Amino acid sequence: MSDSVLIVGASMGGLRTAEALRRNGYEGRIDILGDEKHAPYNRPPLSKEVLAGSVSAEAVTFNHNLAESDTHFHLGTRAVRLDIENRTVHDQTDGEHAFSALVIATGLRPRQLNLPDIDAVGIHILRTLEDAMELRLELVPGAKVVIVGSGFIGCEVAATAKTLGCEVTVVTTDAHPMLRPLGMEMARELQKRHQAQGVQFITNTGVQDIETRDIGKGLAIANVILVSGQTIECDVLVQAIGSLPNTEWLSDSNINITDGVLTDGTMRAVTNEGEVLPNVFAVGDVARFPNPIFDDVARRVEHWNIPIETARRAGAVIAALLRSPVDLVEVVKQPFAPIPSFWSDQFDIKMLAFGNLGLADECRLIDGDIGGDCVWGYYRNDHMVGVCGIGMGAVVRSYRNHFTIA
Amino acid sequence: MKINVDMDKCQHYGQCVFEAPEIFTLNNDDKLEYLAEADEIQRAIVESARDVCPMQAIFILD
Repeated sequence: MSDSVLIVGASMGGLRTAEALRRNGYEGRIDILGDEKHAPYNRPPLSKEVLAGSVSAEAVTFNHNLAESDTHFHLGTRAVRLDIENRTVHDQTDGEHAFSALVIATGLRPRQLNLPDIDAVGIHILRTLEDAMELRLELVPGAKVVIVGSGFIGCEVAATAKTLGCEVTVVTTDAHPMLRPLGMEMARELQKRHQAQGVQFITNTGVQDIETRDIGKGLAIANVILVSGQTIECDVLVQAIGSLPNTEWLSDSNINITDGVLTDGTMRAVTNEGEVLPNVFAVGDVARFPNPIFDDVARRVEHWNIPIETARRAGAVIAALLRSPVDLVEVVKQPFAPIPSFWSDQFDIKMLAFGNLGLADECRLIDGDIGGDCVWGYYRNDHMVGVCGIGMGAVVRSYRNHFTIA
Repeated sequence: MKINVDMDKCQHYGQCVFEAPEIFTLNNDDKLEYLAEADEIQRAIVESARDVCPMQAIFILD
C-alpha cells in the first residue's frame, strides 16, 4: 500500500501539518478530517473583529494551496474511534480512514456550566465561527452581558461587548482577570483598565444557578445567581471557563490522554505504559509535550503559535519517517524547543508575551510604569521563564532570545 | 516573488520579524516595514512569516 497521512482535525494545527509535510518533501496522499463544515480558519478574530462585525466570516479563512497536491478534506466528518492495530480511524457515519501515519489535531472545546437549561436562549460559548455569529447578534447596545470566566476569551469578549455598547459584568472565581497567565501584579492592573472602561467585575465567586423566563418559543436566560448569593440580571450569558481536550475518540486506544495527548519531543504519541508510538502524532492545543526551554515536564500550551510550531515539527518528523530511517534519526536528533507566545487586544490594551508565564514564582517590573505601558519579567528560581508587556512591544521582543535551551 | 502586507489588518506584533528578519522589520515607532519584493530563495522564510502572522495580513503574490 502506498503511504498516506491522515490528519484528524481541520483547524490551524491540521492545516499547518499538511503544509509542513509538503514543505518537507512528502508527496503522498493526505486526508484531513474536520468535524466543522468550514475549511480551516483563524480563531483569534472570533472574540474581537468577527464578534464586533467588522470582518466577515470569509475573511478569517486561511489561504492555502494544498488543493494542488494529493490532499483531501473531509469536512463535517467527526472521528469516533482509533484502531491502532489496523491503522484506521472510524468516523460518525461508520466510514473508515486508513493511514500510514496519523496526526491527532482535534483541539479543544469550551467547558460549560453543569446546570439545567444551559441550552436556553441567550447562553453562549465561543470556539467556532457559528458560536461567534450567534453571539454577535445578541451583543446589542444596552444588552446585559454576563461573562463567566476571566481568561483570554472572557476578557476579550468583555472588551468587545463593552465597545459595542453592552452592559458587561465579568464573574470569576479568581481574584483578578487573567490571573493564572499574568500573575497578581499585572492581572490587577488589567482589571483596573477594564473597570475604567466600565466593565464590572465580581471576583472570587462562581455561578450557582441560572433563572430563565418563557419567551414563547422556549426559555431564555433571565438571571444569574452567584455562589455568593447575589442575583444579577442577564440577557446574554457567555461561558468562558476554559477548555477540554477532544480526546474521547481515543479512549480505547491506550494512548495516554490525561489532559490531552501525551507526546514526546517529536510529537509522537505515548501510551499509558510509556511506549512511544512510531506512527501516531499529536499537534496543537490537544498535544501535551515537553519543552526543554523550561524543563522535562509535558504540558499543553493553549497559545496561538503552538499549533504552528508543533505542526512544523510533526510534518518534518513524519516526512522523514516515510522517507528513510536515516533521515528520521537525523530529524529526531534536532531539539524541539518552541517559544510560546501570546498577544491579546482588549480596548486599547495591547499585550504581548513570550515564554511560559504560568511557571513563575515571582514577577518584577522591568520597564515602564505600572499605570502606563509596562513590561514584566516572570521568574522561576530567579531564572526568567516569561516576559509580558502592555505596549512597549520592542522591549518585550528584545527578551525573546532569553528563552533558549540551557 | 512579491509580498504585500494588508496594513489595515497588521497589528505590528512582529512575529514575522523573527521568521524573516531580512524582509520584515519594526521601525523605531514599532511599526512594520517590509520589502515588497524577495528572491525566490527566500520563499520558505517568507511563507513561514506569513503563517505565523496572527492577523493573517501577509500575502505572497507570485
